Amino acid sequence: MVLLIIKRIGFMIFTMIVVSIILFLLLETGLTGDPATRVLGHFASDEQKELWRDQHGYNQPVVFRYTKWLGHFATGELGTSIRYKGPVKDVLLPRLWNTAILGFWTFAIMIPLSLTLGVLSGMKEGSFLDRVISVCGILTTSVPEFASAVFFSALFVFGLQWLPGTSSMTNGFEFKLLILPAMVLVVYDFGYVARMTRASMAEVMTSQYIRTAILKGLPYRQVILRHALRNALIAPFTVIMLQINWLLSGVIVVEFFFAYKGFGALLLEASLNNDIALLEACAMVAVVVAVSSQTIADIGYTFLNPRIRFS
Amino acid sequence: MTIQSMSKMPSVGFAAGMWRVIKSIALLRESWVGMIGAFLVLFWILVAVFAPLITQFDPNASIQPYARPGTLSASGSIFWLGTDHLGRDILSRIVWGSRTVLFYAPLATLSAYTVGILMGLMAGYRGGLVDDILSRISDIILSFPVLVLYIIVIATIGASGFNIVIAITFASSPGIMRIVRGLVLDLRNRDYVAAALTRGESDWRIMLYEILPNARGPLIVDACLRLGYVIITIGVLGFLGLGLPPPDPDWGGMVNETRQMAIVFPYMTLFPCISISSLILGFNLLADGLREISLRD
Repeated sequence: MVLLIIKRIGFMIFTMIVVSIILFLLLETGLTGDPATRVLGHFASDEQKELWRDQHGYNQPVVFRYTKWLGHFATGELGTSIRYKGPVKDVLLPRLWNTAILGFWTFAIMIPLSLTLGVLSGMKEGSFLDRVISVCGILTTSVPEFASAVFFSALFVFGLQWLPGTSSMTNGFEFKLLILPAMVLVVYDFGYVARMTRASMAEVMTSQYIRTAILKGLPYRQVILRHALRNALIAPFTVIMLQINWLLSGVIVVEFFFAYKGFGALLLEASLNNDIALLEACAMVAVVVAVSSQTIADIGYTFLNPRIRFS
Repeated sequence: MTIQSMSKMPSVGFAAGMWRVIKSIALLRESWVGMIGAFLVLFWILVAVFAPLITQFDPNASIQPYARPGTLSASGSIFWLGTDHLGRDILSRIVWGSRTVLFYAPLATLSAYTVGILMGLMAGYRGGLVDDILSRISDIILSFPVLVLYIIVIATIGASGFNIVIAITFASSPGIMRIVRGLVLDLRNRDYVAAALTRGESDWRIMLYEILPNARGPLIVDACLRLGYVIITIGVLGFLGLGLPPPDPDWGGMVNETRQMAIVFPYMTLFPCISISSLILGFNLLADGLREISLRD
């Protein structure tokens, strides 16, 4: 168990280092185009570019630059944003907080909803309820986030006029602004989690000990709640943790659509404006969050599953 | 001798293969979900093929801005779905946009599958160090949030159809590799592989002719799902302004261009959204139907 945790954390650090090398090669070296041209634009003269390279240390050897760059990252010195004319940290932190709020509410709605639906349809595989839930899941997963955002705004913003169409979060926290963005994210994702829960539940329901429990005359409620659920909910735990990775993609679209001042919109803005320092910081944050949630998912899974824990 | 002469008769194999494909399509009748999916996909394929016959306007021509759906144009034809802020007929753009989607999505999926299958076959069949290296690489790529990866790749290599194919291949081949690897690990110990080894067939021949055809079932279902997902990706990239460069019609790009006006002209964004959702739904339902049928026997 301890060995496994050490192994997972070791792999996590290894992944982050490799990712940082990839990021560095893509954004800071001439591999995919001159960084000076990217920052100064296509119309900058050669002298200007040379001056810029000199000032920002781009003429030093690559390995030296990489270690320096990584050192800056490790000590939290994220550089200066060109677009916001200030330290990246000051721009990034409030945005991350906003996205955390959005992510929290999305998960707070999505997890109970998808687990309930998944358990209900996995309880009796092939039943009418199961088919209805499955088809609903396919239907909602087929609508991309930007399309469901369009449909929901057409209905709730322009049609019924219940909710505001943009959620900039500039005037502090307001729950009304969170409803549409969270709804779009939940609708796109619950189908997948429900499907995974269903598969896990269906598998448990065919096992010997459930048959024994039913045959010895336990009430059906008790069989489901006390016997089946405990085992059936181990696999969805991993799935839900891995959804954090997906959420990082989803928030980009949703925040862009609703002009929500969050992390995803910032990342997109940074890439569209060639704000390299900001883009690097955002990408690194995204990868750190994604990789650590995967590590927690792996460790948590082994911890929850006694068959692995005691072997 | 007989084995050699049989392998030299590809025409028989091809005819039998085609017959089997037709039979499996006929099997779809048993799943109404799969039928609806097949119908939706077929509908969009026909629309894309017959695009010049269906549309009466040039998709990029500026004719009459802000026409409501059903407006009669000066030339006597009707703007069935209205026109956008630049005066381009929305129906024509959707119809021609289906060509864009149905060209790039299968191309990107095919490219990702080629790379993924080759990597998966190598990792699963050879094992050892090759497997370790390929698995680590795919673990690392898969640990990226997908869209973040797309944005970084597209932002550095630029937005174009070809680059989107590269980005999608880069991001989805590791997932395909994992599936293929798992299937190969299961199949490589079968008797027919041992028989092929005794016949002295080369490794690549065994991988491509003995193992791969037997792994096709789960791969076809996955390819259908992945096609739907690639269409979402292309749509999302277009929506974020990282898709195909204007002015050629692209559904995601259409939503991006007109969404600021959605409060007054909702039809400009609604119709492309309905189109893309119905096409993705088609592939997902088809995949579900195929899976259901493959589980039955």
